[in-house]
Amino acid sequence: MDILANLATGFATALSPLNLLYCFLGVLLGTLVGVLPGLGPVATIAMLLPATFALPAESALIMLAGIYYGAQYGGSTTAILINLPGESSSVVTALDGYRMAQQGRAGAALATAAVASFFAGTVATFVVAFLAPPLAGVALKFQAPEYFSLMVLGLVASVVLAQGSLIKAAGMVTLGLLLSMVGTDVTSGIARFDFGVRELRDGLNFVVVAMGVFGVAEIVRNLETERTRQSFAATISRLLPTRDDIRRSVAPILRGTALGSALGILPGGGALLASFAAYALEKRVSPRGAEFGKGAIEGVAAPESANNAGAQTSFIPMLTLGIPSNPVMALMIGALILQGIRPGPNVMIEQPRLFWGVIVSMWIGNLFLLVLNLPLIGLWVRVLAVPYHLLFPAILVFAAVGVLSLSNATFDVHLMAAFGVLGYVFAKLDCEPAPLLLGYILGPLMEEYLLRAMTLSRGDPMIFLERPISAIMLAVALLALLAAVLPAVSRTRAKAFAE
Amino acid sequence: MRIRGARDLFAGLLFLAFGLAFLVLAQDYPLGSARRMGPAYFPVVLSLVLIGIGLATAVRGLLVAGPPIGDVAGKALLLVTASVVLFGLLVRGAGLGLAVAALVLAAAAASRHSRLLPTLLLGALLAAFCVLVFVKGLGLQFPALGSWLQG
Repeated sequence: MDILANLATGFATALSPLNLLYCFLGVLLGTLVGVLPGLGPVATIAMLLPATFALPAESALIMLAGIYYGAQYGGSTTAILINLPGESSSVVTALDGYRMAQQGRAGAALATAAVASFFAGTVATFVVAFLAPPLAGVALKFQAPEYFSLMVLGLVASVVLAQGSLIKAAGMVTLGLLLSMVGTDVTSGIARFDFGVRELRDGLNFVVVAMGVFGVAEIVRNLETERTRQSFAATISRLLPTRDDIRRSVAPILRGTALGSALGILPGGGALLASFAAYALEKRVSPRGAEFGKGAIEGVAAPESANNAGAQTSFIPMLTLGIPSNPVMALMIGALILQGIRPGPNVMIEQPRLFWGVIVSMWIGNLFLLVLNLPLIGLWVRVLAVPYHLLFPAILVFAAVGVLSLSNATFDVHLMAAFGVLGYVFAKLDCEPAPLLLGYILGPLMEEYLLRAMTLSRGDPMIFLERPISAIMLAVALLALLAAVLPAVSRTRAKAFAE
Repeated sequence: MRIRGARDLFAGLLFLAFGLAFLVLAQDYPLGSARRMGPAYFPVVLSLVLIGIGLATAVRGLLVAGPPIGDVAGKALLLVTASVVLFGLLVRGAGLGLAVAALVLAAAAASRHSRLLPTLLLGALLAAFCVLVFVKGLGLQFPALGSWLQG
């Protein structure tokens, strides 16, 4: 079977000393930012992107991927120990995990979370390994019209699955697409929307946009709600879960893994959606549903397995189709582009070492996390004691230096400040920044595919409906949009996010 | 007319403003035709979509009740933004070390928990770290000491 040969390629790549080191650094850094509230994987990856430019492509992606799933681990540690979810995907873990900690069972909760995450990560690695090649195979037959429709579908899905108002998410996607039009038009060579500014001719660097709306704006938001943090740390007396804990966790872990893997693949999905959905599902199907919120171990096992599975399977559309399902994946695509690799199905064929190396590294990274995190919990708790008013100036410094190093232009630094203000204003108006970044990263490709499709059809837009695959994707996009607008569904959607 | 949903209304107006701005700016570039799309074609299509979305969002804000915008952290926004801008203005002339220190001092003022001595220490530490790692270690092309300070 090819899979074995492919996985062997992956292991050969991921197990090279250099890549092992970057994988380790990635998960360590990921855990750290996962533990620290107010600093998430998006801002961290954006800050590190300029630094990865010097690395080989596979090492860069392995490290950045490690930050993403490492952050899921770190976020749940603080959620359980001090009821402070470091990541939004750990919010539901705090519900039962913190209760367990208060009952003196923090050790059992942490161990269950770690094992659930590791199991889910292992399964998700295989899901990626099995699903990615056939999907890439299908995508290889795509031409410009199919790609354009696929991107429309991806963006519509990210709007439908975004939190909050549908229409504002649509506005943010469109604005993201428009902002990506700034810079030189590839076809005509004409500089667009540049106001005669030399630095704008190459377009807005997406690291600048991401750092502004996710990094700087986030800091202002955190300062707004700044309060003194309680310095409580649960004492961990006994790390091992009881036999009863294990028996009760098995089914939730399996269900969480399955649900998380499925939801991760969806555009707009990923760790966050997966953990919320898994908790809601488990609460409904578990015979101990009534105990949820009072320290039920199922309420830790299910979302923890789901968020890790979802974090990993969200690499499938990114690696095979070049479609980001969440802002982290958008940054990964940015990293590929920085490396001169065109995202899409060709990555698997032209860069097998990169493709399989990243997949296998996820499993190795999960192993690192399992071994690392349980003994290091004491250290992570101490990291939490770093007060935010000392942390955020440091974050700003690294953001500013990182952005400056992109092309050694102070213009970029000022642009980041401007996007910070814009991001804060949008946040105040309940506009999520994630769809903006997705639109921004897909804009240039969408324009190119639209242009090619229209040239192919001599200007007849019917080409998108005459080609079956393209028509199906547009139909699915339309259905998803209609479904979200229908009152019955939108109510369930609101409820699902409220839980 | 009473504003019912201020967040929707202002978000809509913001979308509208961006859409209009791009639409106006796009007039400088050839539109082309559907068969041979010019550099303005896709941006114009997108601007029209954004204008539509902006109008719909703004109208929703007038009709549907929503939460108010809430307090704006003006001081934090101003100081954080200013600290980044200050860094950009200083880094060439004064050098990386001083620019980093200035950023830290300006930004720290945004938090009411900051105290002078720890902030000064943090600024000095980060400045030293950045100069050592980025200029001496990684050899990035930033001046450790800026042009203003080199006679």
